[in-house]
Amino acid sequence: MSGVRLAVRQLRYEQLAFWRNPPAAFFTFAFPLIFLVIFNLVFGNETIEVDGGSTKASTFFVAGIAALSVVNGCFTGLAMALSILRDEGVLKRVRGTPLPPWAYLAGRIGFNTLLTLLLIAIVVAVGALFYDVDVPTSTMPAFLVTVVVGAATFAALAFAVSGFVPNADAAPAVVNGVVLPLLFISDVFIRADSAPGWLNGVAAFFPVVHLSSALQVAFNPFETGSGFEPGALLVMAVWGVFGVVVALRFFSWEPRR
Amino acid sequence: MRGLRKAYGAFEAVRGIDLDVARGEVFALLGPNGAGKTTTVEILEGYRERSAGEVDVLGYDPARQARALKQRIGIVLQSTGVERYLTVEETLDMYRGYFPDPLRTEDVLDVVGLREQRAVRVKRLSGGQQRRLDVGVGLIGNPELLFLDEPTTGFDPSARRQAWEMVRSLRALGKTVFLTTHYMDEAQYLADRVAIIARGQVVAEGPPAALMAGGDEVTSVRFRLPEGAQGWPDRVPEGVRSEDGTVVIETSTPTAVLFALTRWAVGQSLELGELTVTRPSLEDVYLRLVGADASSDGAGAGVGAASEAASRGRRRRRGGS
Repeated sequence: MSGVRLAVRQLRYEQLAFWRNPPAAFFTFAFPLIFLVIFNLVFGNETIEVDGGSTKASTFFVAGIAALSVVNGCFTGLAMALSILRDEGVLKRVRGTPLPPWAYLAGRIGFNTLLTLLLIAIVVAVGALFYDVDVPTSTMPAFLVTVVVGAATFAALAFAVSGFVPNADAAPAVVNGVVLPLLFISDVFIRADSAPGWLNGVAAFFPVVHLSSALQVAFNPFETGSGFEPGALLVMAVWGVFGVVVALRFFSWEPRR
Repeated sequence: MRGLRKAYGAFEAVRGIDLDVARGEVFALLGPNGAGKTTTVEILEGYRERSAGEVDVLGYDPARQARALKQRIGIVLQSTGVERYLTVEETLDMYRGYFPDPLRTEDVLDVVGLREQRAVRVKRLSGGQQRRLDVGVGLIGNPELLFLDEPTTGFDPSARRQAWEMVRSLRALGKTVFLTTHYMDEAQYLADRVAIIARGQVVAEGPPAALMAGGDEVTSVRFRLPEGAQGWPDRVPEGVRSEDGTVVIETSTPTAVLFALTRWAVGQSLELGELTVTRPSLEDVYLRLVGADASSDGAGAGVGAASEAASRGRRRRRGGS
């Protein structure tokens, strides 16, 4: 069997196992929706200034929660899953078979990417149905490309960070400790307009704000162009390459002793 | 395997091991915790690179031809390590797809005795069943050589028996089995040949029976001397007498000793209570080789206890002959 077919086959087993754990699956899907509902309850009637005019706050939230879903699904979720699989010896066992390592990892990344796309589709649909969100059509390709680039970047970073997580028990603390502060300063939940300049500078160094701002642009109803943000995509790609390099050096298939 | 060495920094876990394993045999690598068993096996499996030496597994060098080698070996690690939310059958099917010429899932379910549990999720299996699934996963690729790393550690006695029967059935299938264990009885029961390693070196190697014959171990004759026994039979060593009247005689000529002893007892119409004759076990050999070695090294508590038992054994023997 070719490597690609093996990867696709692996992806199918990953999703089979995922749905067998209903509480985990339920909250994976509920999490972004809970955020969407809360934000709209609190700020739903406000309008927000974007390039070209003002729009409903709910439109802003949908793009932000799409960014959150990418980070959550491809970084937080993947890094934790890798730590658990490593501690349980699943990764070591797979390494002892002729399955090419990249095919296994591609299956894992592919599954998390598809899961993220599904999550975002649900968030957008709920936003459109219940919160009157304008779903753009001309910039939809840019929106999807940004999601996929973001998914690849954050998956690579998940592999990199898992190399520094000592064990599965420490994974939530380490991973959330890295990612939650970044989410708060990166225009995901709130617009950091009033934040000090240096804080925005810190945020601009990391990839999260580039993902959320690119998604905002692609979701802006006043956007007249294609909605692509080459600069933001480039920053994400650089971080993705960095993640791959670090992962190649530090990623471990075996539990730490 | 010739002159195998592995160093972790300044610590040499494996210090020059030579071993040959023939096709179709069950080979056991025995040794206390920390002796270098797992390191040795993981070099053979391709998980670790050796520091020095020559290794040939089925004609491949595991450090350079890992993928080709992995198509023809099966690995059963110490920890379970399969996806907990898949069923037994799904797990076997998933691993089956990684190999070019696998066995049928049905056949493997029979070999490991999990046919009835085929639709059960892995997390709901008992410990013994999970371990058997591990072996099933190791077998599914139809390997010529199967590595079993401490397959029964933590098992209850009946689960151990089942696991042993399964390993015996593997030999019937013509598989070569490379087993590591720290249970003597396991090696004695399963293995055609045994190598004992301690502190990264082979200290004994051969079939279990030859290892037992090769040492200075002797047969023990043990009985309780009844009240009113008069004198002592000729040509029978006195042995060691404990306070409750139990006598232990260690001898290299058990036939002659038993004949003289029982003739004497029958002549006096005595019944020797709890009469037993015990051959030396592989455990005695092992404790002599490993225990003494490890105690001089000031190793961990478990090994210390073993060496204590070994020196007790030596004292007893000295007293008896």
